[in-house]
Amino acid sequence: MRNQSFSNTGKLSGFILRLDRFRILIWLVAISFFTLVVPIAFSDLYPTQQDRDAMAETMENPAMIAMVGPGDLGNYTVGAMTAHQMLLLTAVVVGLMNILLMNRHTRSDEEDGRLELIRSLPVGKLANLGGSCIVLTVLNVLLALIVGVGLYALGIDSMNLAGSLLYGFVLGMTGLFFAGLTALVAQITENARNVFGISLALLLVSYLIRAIGDVSNEALSWISPLGWVSAAEVYSENNGWVLLLLLSGAIVLFALAGYLNTIRDLEAGFLRSKPGKKHASARLLSPLGLAFRLQRTGMISWAVAMLLVGVSYGSVMGDLDSFFEGNEMMQQLLVSQEGYSFTEQFVSMLMVVMALIGTVPPVMAMLKLYGEEKKNRLDHLLGRTVSRVRLLAGYLVIAVINGFVMLSLAAVGLWMAAASVMEEPFEFGTIYGAGLAYYPALLVIIGLTVLLIGFVPKVSSLIWLYVLYSFFVLYFGGMFQFPDWVGKLSPFGYIPELPVDEMEWLPVVVLTVIVIGLTIAGILGYRRRDIQGQ
Amino acid sequence: MAVLKTEDLTKMYGSFKAVDHINIEVREGEVYGFIGPNGAGKSTTIRVLLGMLKATSGSASIFGKDIWADAVDIHKRIAYVPGDVNLWPNLTGGEVIDLFMKLRGGKANQKRREELIQKFNFDPSKKCRTYSKGNRQKVSLIAAFASDADLYILDEPTSGLDPLMERTFQECVMEASNDGKSILLSSHILSEVERLCDRVGIIREGRIIESGSLDELRHLTRTNLNVETKQAIPSLDDMEGVHHIEKKEGTLSFQVDTEQLDEVVHYISQFGVIKLESAPPTLEDLFMRHYEGASGGES
Repeated sequence: MRNQSFSNTGKLSGFILRLDRFRILIWLVAISFFTLVVPIAFSDLYPTQQDRDAMAETMENPAMIAMVGPGDLGNYTVGAMTAHQMLLLTAVVVGLMNILLMNRHTRSDEEDGRLELIRSLPVGKLANLGGSCIVLTVLNVLLALIVGVGLYALGIDSMNLAGSLLYGFVLGMTGLFFAGLTALVAQITENARNVFGISLALLLVSYLIRAIGDVSNEALSWISPLGWVSAAEVYSENNGWVLLLLLSGAIVLFALAGYLNTIRDLEAGFLRSKPGKKHASARLLSPLGLAFRLQRTGMISWAVAMLLVGVSYGSVMGDLDSFFEGNEMMQQLLVSQEGYSFTEQFVSMLMVVMALIGTVPPVMAMLKLYGEEKKNRLDHLLGRTVSRVRLLAGYLVIAVINGFVMLSLAAVGLWMAAASVMEEPFEFGTIYGAGLAYYPALLVIIGLTVLLIGFVPKVSSLIWLYVLYSFFVLYFGGMFQFPDWVGKLSPFGYIPELPVDEMEWLPVVVLTVIVIGLTIAGILGYRRRDIQGQ
Repeated sequence: MAVLKTEDLTKMYGSFKAVDHINIEVREGEVYGFIGPNGAGKSTTIRVLLGMLKATSGSASIFGKDIWADAVDIHKRIAYVPGDVNLWPNLTGGEVIDLFMKLRGGKANQKRREELIQKFNFDPSKKCRTYSKGNRQKVSLIAAFASDADLYILDEPTSGLDPLMERTFQECVMEASNDGKSILLSSHILSEVERLCDRVGIIREGRIIESGSLDELRHLTRTNLNVETKQAIPSLDDMEGVHHIEKKEGTLSFQVDTEQLDEVVHYISQFGVIKLESAPPTLEDLFMRHYEGASGGES
């Protein structure tokens, strides 16, 4: 009997591996690439110990510690710096990868009925869970080895073999821990969306607990597996026993998941999904209300993220001037302006970046209109008494407000954090004005999206290329010394870089006129074209 | 009076004619069956009628208004059920029904809504992501029949329903029909069409190849005969208009073209008829004949 529970696990592992071979490859390449590229960049950016000590100084504030954890700031070698600034955040990404992959092969397959087909074959009860476990173990160990050996192979003095392998395996074992956690959650709740939501929430709570712990009370950090990541003190103390902690945690979680799997019915869970509303609330009952409701969760998450982006940029404002003075490369990034501090120049550059990040959620909100069309869901609205103009206007209103809120939150976050760390803080108006100056440029992107949806909806996602282009030319423009017109191909290139530049109103007016033109043209196109669907 | 009328309605995709000069007419108070296999152009026609696709040429009106320019006005009096109902996974069925009823405008009939939810045995408190195809169709059907529409456009509305629910659906259609509502029912379930429809149009490769009342269409085709005679009937298969002769325990069964019926009955009566049963052709016979006859490739 017992043997049969796992029969055909091997074949299923092979099958899962085959299904996911590209997905796994992309994750592996992406994570390894970003991990390996950072120490190289750090060696270039901070070639001397003096540079690194300056960097260490900017790290010594609660906001940074909350974000990346404690580090060996007294002996801030390239290795210690990499481990400090990258390991924890990469571990979160590896955790996310494991959550996604585990969920995909457990509850997701089960909910969609694919597991039913598999289980009707001569396959053991635990074969699917076991197979997923094997595949993710292989993946995490592979990642650990690639990262570990790769880091060592970079040949940087402060990155020895033991430390490098520990770096890799801390990532791998954290991944396995969250794979186990997801496997357990997948037994408990009935649908895959909840599995993802709960697992992700647990990952973020782990991050948050250790953030609070690292800043105020170290004992608290020990509750969180992500606290163990920092406790490894890679490239300084190299505490290998942390791996044992993570691994035993993973084993316990997998064992528990396996046990729960054997005592439950297929497609059942231990948490019953509670019945939803039998009637719609009045707020839902309009095209605008529906459009808002469909995007609510996503928009709230983006809003929080934008605030955090602002806060994290703001939190490094404290010692920037001393930091920039010793660093040539960073100075190149900023086109130096007489009479302004580095901090002020840095703020004006950050504003472009934040404005472009803030462009992403409103563009998503606008593209949602076409997403709904492709899924044939607009038929339900247009087949009733909703005109196309009213439908489009609903999505447009949401996108326009969304963009305003995102920019505002980023600016407010930056100002708040900067005010708390700087000796002579900025005026609120300076920062907020610098952020909102980009609003007309953001609206141009939305207007362009409307135009694409109106005339060539199939290629409307090309708008992302334009956003990416804007980001590239404006962020790196100073460093690569592009000619002026390259930046002027993006609406963001016309916005004065406050607080360094003077405010100019002409571009604002011109861009606004362009926005109106694009939007009207887009609406006219949308009125006369076919609504698509399968 | 025609509630819905198309004149040479055509929809092209590039050089492909998805809908090719279609003329149909749904009269007030009738149930019009729109039949044809998958990909024949039924859904495209319906989406043109609803103003979601723009006709390449030809025209169509509903309640005397233009389907493209006056879409919103027309839709105030229409209830539409798509064949493939895609819903929002994180709304509940109840929320979607309310939304649909509200978006149609007019008064939402809550009593009727509850009645239909009972009748279709539907649980409105679940998220749409958990519904099967049949349950998603119920959402659409409940919203449609709870509304006080004058024209119902139903595009293969029963493809996911079980036989019990299909019966409930048929009751709803008959009820609406008795109330004087007009219904355009697209379907490939022929028994359903036979039962519900006053007139039908058969569409193939974008063209209407036959239309009229069921009786009229039957005229164009063959009658099934079962005959038992005292003496064997010689050389029946030589007669014009006789098809598919089968012999079973002394009974001959065969099909006769309607225009040859008189001659054939005269002929067989010479041999001493013991039993003569005749059955009208089923819609399926009719349908198959059209498809076998014209397409060659399909069978």
